[in-house]
This record gives sequence, structure tokens and C-alpha cells, in this order.
Amino acid sequence: MTVTGDGQSKGVNMMEYGKFDGKLVRQVLGAKTQFIIGDMACVYGALLAGCRFYAGYPITPASELAEGSARLMPKIGGTYIQMEDEIGSIAAAIGASWTGVRSMTGTSGPGFSLMMENLGYAVMTETPVVIINIQRTGPSTGQPTLGAQGDMMQAKWGSHGDYEIIALAPSSVQECLNLTVDAFNLAEKYRNPVLVMADGEIGHLRERIVVPDEKDMLVQFRTLVKVPKDKYVPFVPSVANPGSNVPDFAPFGSGYHTYVTGLTHNEKGMPATDKQPDHDKLIRRIVSKITGNMDKLLRVEELMLDDADVAVVCYGATARPAQTAIEDARAMGIKVGMARMLITWPFPYAYFEKLAGKVKAMLVPEMNLGQMVHPIREAAGGQCKVQPLGKIGGEMHLPSEILMGIKGMM
Amino acid sequence: MSTTKKGVAGTTGVGPTGKTTADYEQMRDKYLRKSMWPTIFCTGCGHGSVLDYTFWALEELALDMDRVVFVSGIGCSSRLPGYINADGLHTTHGRAIAFATGVKSANPDLTVIVFTGDGDCSGIGGNHFLHGVRRNIDITVIAVNNFIYGMTGGQLAPSTPRGAITTTSPYGNVENPFNMAEIAMVGGASYVARWPVSHPYQPIKSIKDGIKKKGFAFIEMLSPCPTAFGRRNKLGDVQKLWDWYDEQCMYKEDYDKVMAYGTPEEREKTKDKITIGVLQDIEKPEFTTEYAKVVERLRSQKGGGGSAEEY
Amino acid sequence: MVIKIEREWCKGCGVCIERCPLHALELSKEMNKKGYFPPELTPNNTCNNCRLCELICPDLAIGVFVETVEGEVKAKGDGKNGPDSEYGSGEG
Repeated sequence: MTVTGDGQSKGVNMMEYGKFDGKLVRQVLGAKTQFIIGDMACVYGALLAGCRFYAGYPITPASELAEGSARLMPKIGGTYIQMEDEIGSIAAAIGASWTGVRSMTGTSGPGFSLMMENLGYAVMTETPVVIINIQRTGPSTGQPTLGAQGDMMQAKWGSHGDYEIIALAPSSVQECLNLTVDAFNLAEKYRNPVLVMADGEIGHLRERIVVPDEKDMLVQFRTLVKVPKDKYVPFVPSVANPGSNVPDFAPFGSGYHTYVTGLTHNEKGMPATDKQPDHDKLIRRIVSKITGNMDKLLRVEELMLDDADVAVVCYGATARPAQTAIEDARAMGIKVGMARMLITWPFPYAYFEKLAGKVKAMLVPEMNLGQMVHPIREAAGGQCKVQPLGKIGGEMHLPSEILMGIKGMM
Repeated sequence: MSTTKKGVAGTTGVGPTGKTTADYEQMRDKYLRKSMWPTIFCTGCGHGSVLDYTFWALEELALDMDRVVFVSGIGCSSRLPGYINADGLHTTHGRAIAFATGVKSANPDLTVIVFTGDGDCSGIGGNHFLHGVRRNIDITVIAVNNFIYGMTGGQLAPSTPRGAITTTSPYGNVENPFNMAEIAMVGGASYVARWPVSHPYQPIKSIKDGIKKKGFAFIEMLSPCPTAFGRRNKLGDVQKLWDWYDEQCMYKEDYDKVMAYGTPEEREKTKDKITIGVLQDIEKPEFTTEYAKVVERLRSQKGGGGSAEEY
Repeated sequence: MVIKIEREWCKGCGVCIERCPLHALELSKEMNKKGYFPPELTPNNTCNNCRLCELICPDLAIGVFVETVEGEVKAKGDGKNGPDSEYGSGEG
């Protein structure tokens, strides 16, 4: 985009949207192998995926997301802005996304609760945005410095109304990096907000990461509008990718004069709140972007499940003690395996329905009083026993605790 | 700067240059989303006039409408972007300034104009209002103040005068109203003005100056609401209500003079008047400009490495 | 014709009629589709093209013409211009 002296640009090159200098990002990030905390790895992942806008607010244990962004964003020509609260943070991230930049915000439980209204707004307006939740114990102020997995249901049901969300759960610091990259790609592809549900343990864990090379990474940008302005209809299935329910995107400033509203709207984007079919059509299309792509959004990592009698179903931090417990159990001759969800929402019902038919029991260790165990049980449909193993208070499960749980299932 | 395109003049005044309706109709064709017209606003509501003044201000400035973004919250005022032929972001209640901050700081090339209301801005949006002022981000906020929550049927608002009847103050308001423009002034906003909608030229100029201003511009427009505020306070007749607004207003210079030098009777009569005029017009560092300096400074440093540092 | 009124846009608020400094407007006798009576010029009006009605109308329903006679612009009425304004004639 060329900018004239008075700040009014003359002409816009659509192809410039979404471009970023991957070489500069890697130069700024520094060494290829580093020893950093999970929060920082999320920031790295964001930058590598082309994010250049962070709006945030301090909250333990996610403040380092803001601090890292504050330090790194200006170095790559991006923007860090500290907003007055979490509501303003997600609002600014959504506003920024509409100018055609990849944007994100990060927080923990209390801030996540505050963000719920605008999360729904991002879904309704089909805005790509990434929200990172470094979960801590709750409810309310809880234990600010200790991790938990107590927001998993809120991730899907926290905002009002009918909507779908994509949520990823990293189990290591490297995954914080990798899954944040994936989060951006998914947000751009589906024009939906995407959550990275890390927890305080992983967020503040320090581990070795490797910065991926450009050639080893996929970086996706939203599909831009290509039709001439007089033929432009904002909220219809893609014209550029026939068969996709995701509308093509026209950034603010590109001359398409898009009206974006959280009200139920028609295809032109104008409010249409009087009739049932209008709302039905809009919401079902928005939801189908996710529900119509369940096969592409299935990400479950299996470990020793082929001959397993018991499956330990986990995600995020609990996968680590679970893995040790499974290895110990196998050494004792117990046939147990692990199904680790990397994408927790949309929930892989079909996968767990099938798994429930193969195993005798499922153990679900969570750092909460039982959240993901509910859709797991629903998917199992009574085919096998589903047992939660909740632990709250900010301490991760010990492998021995999970092992005891496994033994209890036999 | 003068534009010489046919039919699109750089003036709106009644000076000797005169105007033909071709300009007026072309203005409407250019700025109005005609398919959405007529508006949802009630008979005698001043919101449409605010829209008209904004159009004329934009016309005067001859901005590229492809590069102007309108952001609004929830309420009657927040429906205004839907009538404008430009990019519009109709957001959640009270958050317009936060969304606008995101738009502007991500792409400072864009001209960002916010339409908000008294409840949207100083009620639920109070925090974002304060920080928009504090941050001095280069956006223009046009706050349409009708002293009530109009869209939801006429509830008490932070701007409702003492004693006024609303659906949630059926026995008279016992709270004190906010003076939004004064809050913006005291907070240090770069440009603050307040005008009633009944006089066109001053608001047009203020909106124009606010957009031109590099910094947070706050223009409070006092707009009649005959359906909610007017009706319940026995000011329901449209003409009576528009006149009442004019009677409440007083130029700030005059107000200050009376309060400083007037007799006790004069001061008593004057003290509840609403001050209008350009209340503040100052220069101060603006957020996106200052941030761009930081970026420039870092980019020009040798070697960009070192990164996580402490982490 | 000195003013052009979009009859179907008018919401009958009457502000133009009330605020015209020369009392040149009155209610018309014919309703529009919404049931309002849009304004029209009075028979012996002295409209001087001040354009206050055009600017103030909340529904953008009035436009004010200036008669052009052989390229020369003439205002109808007594030729005096509208209220003094420090606003003047824009930039440049």
C-alpha cells in the first residue's frame, strides 16, 4: 500500500495483505534452539505464523505473553498495545483482524470469562482471531500461579447462543509453539476464533524448543475477495474456493465497504433480525464451517492403543504423567494405551464412539472436577466404562495416581 | 485544498458560491447506503442530523471513503454506520472505542470514526472512553447524547439530568449526570466540542476539525429523543423538545463569565446550563505516531537478534 | 421549484417548518405512505436558499435548488443569504 503524506493511501494492492517477512521473524527470534517458557513459545509460534498484532492485559500466568509480544512485535514492525482490560483486549484484536492482519490476545481464567461476549462477536462476524488461555485454578481468583484445566467447557459453551469453536491443547513447550501456528492457520482458514487452551504448568514450564524453518511450516492467510466491487456480497460461501462455506474476506480499507455487525444479518451484512429463516440460515452456515469439517479437525495422538483394554484419554498437561503411568503399567503387563486430544473442540465424537467399542474402559485424568469426561462419556454411548480422575489445587497428577486409576479400571 | 470535480464542491456554506442540489444529491449518492434508508430513528430524533453533518464534514475533507472506517457500539447512535457507504464495524455495547483502537493501531493509515451514545460511551463503555482519551489515539468519537438509553425503551442513563423521569427512574432521577465532554477535557483529549443538533454549521466544522486533528477527538452531539426522554418528561412535542435543548445550551465563554462575575440570581439560573462550543483544542503526542517512532528506532538498530532475553 | 422533497423519506417531525427563518414551509395536504404529511413551500414563500432545512432534516429528505439563469447563479427570493456563519467556505 502506498501512503501519501496526508495519511490517505492511494490504491490498495490486495496481494500485500497477509504478507510478512519470515526471515526477519527468525532473525529477531534469534537462535534456532532455545530454552524458553511455554508462554514465550506461544508468542514465537504467533510471530512465525505471521501474527503482527497483540492486544493484551496483564494476568498471571499469562503476562509473559504480553511481555514477549511487547518486546518482539515492534522489532518485526508489528503492534503491541496494552488495553485497559481483557474486554478491550479481545475487542482490539478483532478490530485489528478486520484491517487484514493476523491478531491475537492472551489471558487466563478471569480474563477469559470477561472475553466471552466478544468471543461470540468474533464468531458471529466470522473474524479470524487467536485467543490463548493459560488456564489457572478457579473459580474466581483461585490460585493465580498454579495451573488447571478448568476452562475446557467454557471454551465451548462460555459465550451465549449457538456457536462452534476450535480449541487446541498443547502438552509441551514445543507444542505451545506448534499449536499456536496451527491455531492461526485454522483461524484464517475457517474465519472463526481459535483458542489455545494451555495451562499454567505448561505456560511457565521451561523446555527446549526448535524454531522451525520456513520450508517446514505451513502459513495460511484468509482467502481474500476477488470479485469486482459491484458483485461483492460479504457473507456468502466462498466464491474463490467453491464448496467452502467460508466467505471470502474483504479487509477494511480495501474499498469493498463491508458492514460488520453482531446482529443477525443477511448476506449483505445488513441487520435482519425479524424473521426466523434469516437467523436459522446464518447460524447454520457459520456452525457448518466447523461441523462440516470434522474429519479435517480430528487430531488425536494414539499411544499403545492397538491392543489396549484401558484407554487413558487426556489432553494438555495431564498427558505427561499419563504417559509415564502407561509405561509403568505396560511394564506390569497391563494393556493400557493413551488417546491424547490435540484438538479438544470440536469434540471428536466419532473417534471416541469407535474407541469405546474397542476398549473395556476409559480413564480421563483432568486437572478439574470432570469436564471433557462428559462428551467422552456421551460419545462412548455406554459401550465401555468412562471414569474421571479429577485433581484440583494446582498440582499435576502424579504418575502413580494415574497408575492407581488404571489399575482400578481392570 | 479545493476540489474541482463537477458537482462535488468543497463548500457547504451559503456563501456567494451557492450550491445546487446536484451537489446535495451527489453527496447522498456517495455517502448514503440508500437501500437502508429511511432510518429506524423516530420522528424528531436528532440522529439523522448527526449523520448529515458527518457527511458534509467528510465531503469538505474530500477523504477517500475507501480508507474511512466507522465503528459503533450498541444503541440508536450505533446504527449510524449502517447507513454509510463505507467499511463499518457495529460491535458490542460500550466497546466501540476499544475496537476502534484495534483498527487504528493495526493500520494507522485508516481514518477511524466512532459513533457512540451517552450510555454506550459513559456507561458500560466508561473504561474504554477514559483510556481512549488517555492514550490519545487518533480516532474521532462522535458521542450522540440523548440523555437516555433510547434503543431499549428509555431507561436511566449516566447522562440523565437530576429529577428526570425514565422507565428506571419512574419517581425522578436521584443520581448526578456525567458531563462527558468535561471528562474528555479533563482527561486531556486533543479536541473536545459539544453542540446541539439543531444548528448545522458548528457541528460540521467540529467534526471536520476533529477528523483532521491528530489525536483523540471527542464531539458530543446533544440530540433530542422525543419518544423516550421527551415523552416521559412532558417535552414530547418535537418542536418543544428541540427548543428545550436550545434553551439548555450556553456557550462556554458566556457560562464562565456569568459564573465568575454574575449576581447570585444570574448564577443560580445559569449553573445547570450545558456548555457548548469548542471546549478544548490542544496538541499532544499521539499513540500511533509515538509507537511508529519506537518501531523505527528498533528497526534501524544493527542486528535484530536476541529475543526472549529474560525468558 | 426551489426545494425538492423526498416525500417517502419524511417522518413528519416538522423541524424544517418550525426552524425555517422565513417561514417558507408548511405541511402539505397529502400523506405519504407512512402516514406523515411532508412539508411543501408556502404559496407566497420568500425562500432565500439558506439551506437550513436541508442541513437540519434528520431524514435527509429536503434538497435546496438554486436557480441558474444562463450559467449565473441566482437565489430565489430577496437575494439575501442565510444567517451569518463563521463557517464560511471551506478550505483553500
